[in-house]
Amino acid sequence: MSIKVDNLTYVYGIGTPFEKKALESVSLAIESGQFVGLIGHTGSGKSTLIQHFNRLLKPTPAGTSGQVFVNGVDINGVDAKGKPVNIKAIRQQVGLVFQYPEHQLFEMTIYKDVAFGPTNMGLTTDEIDERVRGALTKVGIDEADYEKSPFELSGGQKRRVAIAGVLAMQPDVLILDEPTAGLDPQGSHDILMEIQKIHDLGGITIILVSHNMEDIASFVERIIVMDQGAIRYDGTPKEVFREVDALEAMGLAVPQVSYLIKALREKGYDLPGDVTTVEEAYEALRKLIR
Amino acid sequence: MIRDITIGQYYPADSVLHRLDPRTKLIITFIYISSLFISVNYISYGFVFVFLATIIGLSKVPIKFMLKGLKMIFVIIIFTVVFNVFLTPGETEVFRFWKIIIYKEGLITASLMATRLVFLIIGSSILTLTTSPITLTDGIEYLLKPLEKIKVPAHEIAMMMTIALRFIPILLEETDKIMKAQMARGADFETGGLIKRAKSMLPLLVPLFISAFRRADDLALAMEARCYRGGEGRTRMNVLKYKWQDGIAFLVIVCYLGVLIAFKLVL
Repeated sequence: MSIKVDNLTYVYGIGTPFEKKALESVSLAIESGQFVGLIGHTGSGKSTLIQHFNRLLKPTPAGTSGQVFVNGVDINGVDAKGKPVNIKAIRQQVGLVFQYPEHQLFEMTIYKDVAFGPTNMGLTTDEIDERVRGALTKVGIDEADYEKSPFELSGGQKRRVAIAGVLAMQPDVLILDEPTAGLDPQGSHDILMEIQKIHDLGGITIILVSHNMEDIASFVERIIVMDQGAIRYDGTPKEVFREVDALEAMGLAVPQVSYLIKALREKGYDLPGDVTTVEEAYEALRKLIR
Repeated sequence: MIRDITIGQYYPADSVLHRLDPRTKLIITFIYISSLFISVNYISYGFVFVFLATIIGLSKVPIKFMLKGLKMIFVIIIFTVVFNVFLTPGETEVFRFWKIIIYKEGLITASLMATRLVFLIIGSSILTLTTSPITLTDGIEYLLKPLEKIKVPAHEIAMMMTIALRFIPILLEETDKIMKAQMARGADFETGGLIKRAKSMLPLLVPLFISAFRRADDLALAMEARCYRGGEGRTRMNVLKYKWQDGIAFLVIVCYLGVLIAFKLVL
């Protein structure tokens, strides 16, 4: 499932004193199966952009323009019969996990909460059951907990349940807006590993919004950098994290280990300039010491 | 959708009215509202119209924002007009159909009542449009101060209002966020009958209540951590002071009131 954005411009609160341009002529294409990292300073337009991917925001009011294609279909347009595109189908295909998704939990039991999405899709009880179990297994929630209230869980577990709520819709594109915000290191590592596992199963495109450069460097294959409503860089982690000064000027950073290697290079050590993960740094340093 | 709701609809601008002391504006609005009941006829309402138009001009707030407030009470205005037109007894018949009789007096009363409602809403919306919620509650606290002698908790009332106003945009934003999160899971808030719609609100209301309680708890804790203990002996960062503009404003409103009373006596 591919996503293509064409010349997207979006303005909040148009015609009021609080008018704010959030996106300016953004164009990009994400191929099926990619694992993409989206980074940018707070207010750079990341959240606005991802909300266009499943039409929670649409470029229709005055002052906004552009098109969004999911699998080649203009999701703001009409289908072959001239009817508006089925929005429920789009939202099933493009799953969006918001920041602090545990704040959206509302049901009496974990099972029922995860079943909310599939139920809205109008599936049969058997299908729903299968999907709920599948999704909860993927995020590592035990069957013994299915009938517990989601509010009894710890923060990290609540978040898993909330992510399972989106996974249960079996989206082809999974967008996660800072899935590790506010979690302890172990909790965030676990969640990222689970996301990695879901991607490894194949067939799913993942877009990960994060402020943690280490996570981005070690998990994604492509990074999109946003600043002031526009895309500034788009490439592999190695390509993007080479631009240390430009990224810092945008209020971003590169992985800590890249800083270490950079400092060593400045001292005259012969090390590669594109180290982004600890593993790579280990290899490079080992070569140097030998 | 949710962003269209404007409560505490402050319109930031730099005008004479924005700079006035909130107490002045509160008192003047109060006088203005009472003045609408002094003299009810076309000539005095024409005068009120001119007065109001001048004030709107001075406020530098686009007229569009004033009219927004009217949208909400549109139904009430219609009701008022309908009831007054059909139920006011009078002498001069204008229209008769079966048992329904419309008198000239009914039409006059109806139009005056509707005009009065419009004047009321626009007049009071000027107050909220030109005064930020926080200054407004400051003004209310000052005006309620004398009542502390008879054990009215003025500071607490003002603090409650401030907090409530402070939370409106936060909760609206939260609502928007939760709504979107549930819509991403296929929730539908817009179609279906009354019962279906009420049911579909549950996934929105439960998380919203939880978050409201959590925020209230956090705020209470933060206030206590900074030793908040109510109004007694508490000084203020911004002390309200009347300036010469306020004097002029009071003079204007007294003249306005004088003219209306004169109309009442003469006509």
